[in-house]
Amino acid sequence: MAVRDLSGTVVIVGAAESDEIGVTANKSAMQHHAEAGLNALADAGLSLSDVDGLFAAGVTTLATAEYMGIRPRYTDGTSVGGSSFVIHVAHAVAALNAGYCDVALVTHGQAGRSARVRDAVGLDLAGPQFESPYGLIGPPINYAMACSRYMHLYGEERAREGMAEIAVATRKWAELNPKAMMRDPMTFEDYHASRWIAWPFHLLDCCLVTDAGGAVVLTRADRARDLPKKPVYVLGAAEHHDHQIISQMPDLTLTPAHDTGPRALEMAGLKHADIDLAMIYDSFTYTVLATLESLGFCGRGEGPDFVKGQRTAPGGDFPMNTSGGGLSYTHSGMYGMFLLVEAVRQLRGECGERQLDKCKTVLVNGTGGMLSSTGTAILAVD
Amino acid sequence: MTTSGYALPLPRSQPEWDFYWEKAKAHELWIMRCNDCNEAYFYPRAFCPGCHSRDTAWLRACGRGTLYAFSIVHRPPTPAFREAVPYVAAIVELEEGPRFPTNLVGVPFEPEAIKIGMAVEAVFEDVTAAVTLPKFRPAAG
Repeated sequence: MAVRDLSGTVVIVGAAESDEIGVTANKSAMQHHAEAGLNALADAGLSLSDVDGLFAAGVTTLATAEYMGIRPRYTDGTSVGGSSFVIHVAHAVAALNAGYCDVALVTHGQAGRSARVRDAVGLDLAGPQFESPYGLIGPPINYAMACSRYMHLYGEERAREGMAEIAVATRKWAELNPKAMMRDPMTFEDYHASRWIAWPFHLLDCCLVTDAGGAVVLTRADRARDLPKKPVYVLGAAEHHDHQIISQMPDLTLTPAHDTGPRALEMAGLKHADIDLAMIYDSFTYTVLATLESLGFCGRGEGPDFVKGQRTAPGGDFPMNTSGGGLSYTHSGMYGMFLLVEAVRQLRGECGERQLDKCKTVLVNGTGGMLSSTGTAILAVD
Repeated sequence: MTTSGYALPLPRSQPEWDFYWEKAKAHELWIMRCNDCNEAYFYPRAFCPGCHSRDTAWLRACGRGTLYAFSIVHRPPTPAFREAVPYVAAIVELEEGPRFPTNLVGVPFEPEAIKIGMAVEAVFEDVTAAVTLPKFRPAAG
């Protein structure tokens, strides 16, 4: 059997966030997990007792299953950063087709904003040994270094203009999303005037830090006929990673999406021009520039021209990150789940004010770690 | 184990990396080279990440290179860095080939003053009695 043969065999039948997202000082990460899981199952017309395949990242599936009272016969704790949940979709396609499980629940929960305890890092690994002593710590600094390289190669001013376009356009979508954390209008002046976090990143180049959970439920397409919501077909899904720490990244301006994008599209039998909506992990404005190029929506160094003129904003001809993205809607830490949730809602036509007129196909691209891993999924409705 | 009051993260002792840090303490920068494909690489491991050979050896780096990427850090990544900002997080491309994570020191904290591609040279900072961090500054001359 070829991977191509799996295209369209699995559907997402449920998708939801946790009960409240944003700043929820009264809730643990596990509560967000469980709420999101229950909400997604309710959305699917299913219950926890139907779940026999469990996928989670950040916390183990052991902890998640125990907390929720699930005893799965298929377990996948692949945890490669914020892209993990998009990668879980690929794994669920394989597991559901192989018969290892019938109902796959992918959950995420993180109290990125309010957690009282931070995870300890693996002190025996190369990052803490060779990068942390120099303060090469955390996504903003690491991604900023990659962005400096991009600016060197393709022009600082051009890159800056592209990053501003992305920040401003994404905020316009957030203004239309009642669940978004940042809904005040943002001008280009606001962007350029915002304080430095780690040059070349302004504050408004950086995603939010919120508390949130999200979940999706998948099953085989034949089973979805009995379920209430319009099934969202997984036409393509691919994963890749090529380093962990930033100093080991083969090319700071090319993300693993250069591999996962073409493979997911090929599996789906689609081309870039067939995509109605791009859901692109926007940990930083730069992440979007590098990802659009890596995916092949435009050539390398052409990202700033590609997003010019608010092309990705409401009314633009390349809608992107219609939820308001990690930049303005929510970003719990491992944001990739929320790309999937928004994709499903757009495909079902549930997005209210921000609903696209035409949305039959969505490309979802999660990026994890220090631009380390990507998962690309192509989702569609009939 | 430091009593110097140095507040920033330090490398923990690891068997495969003790040699590297001993040499750094002696103000020498050592990387590794594969005897099969002849590529130099960093970080050290007894296994070539390029061709997967086990025939590898330590190599003393000349300490010269060029700036490959950088960020001027204003917001401390952890509370320990509150007194350390601003600083320049950097990746240097060593003359031998590998990229090396480090700090660029001896420069103003202005993007206009820092150019990717500029020549840099190693400088060794004895941050505690036990640990020396190789950093880089603009090359003399």
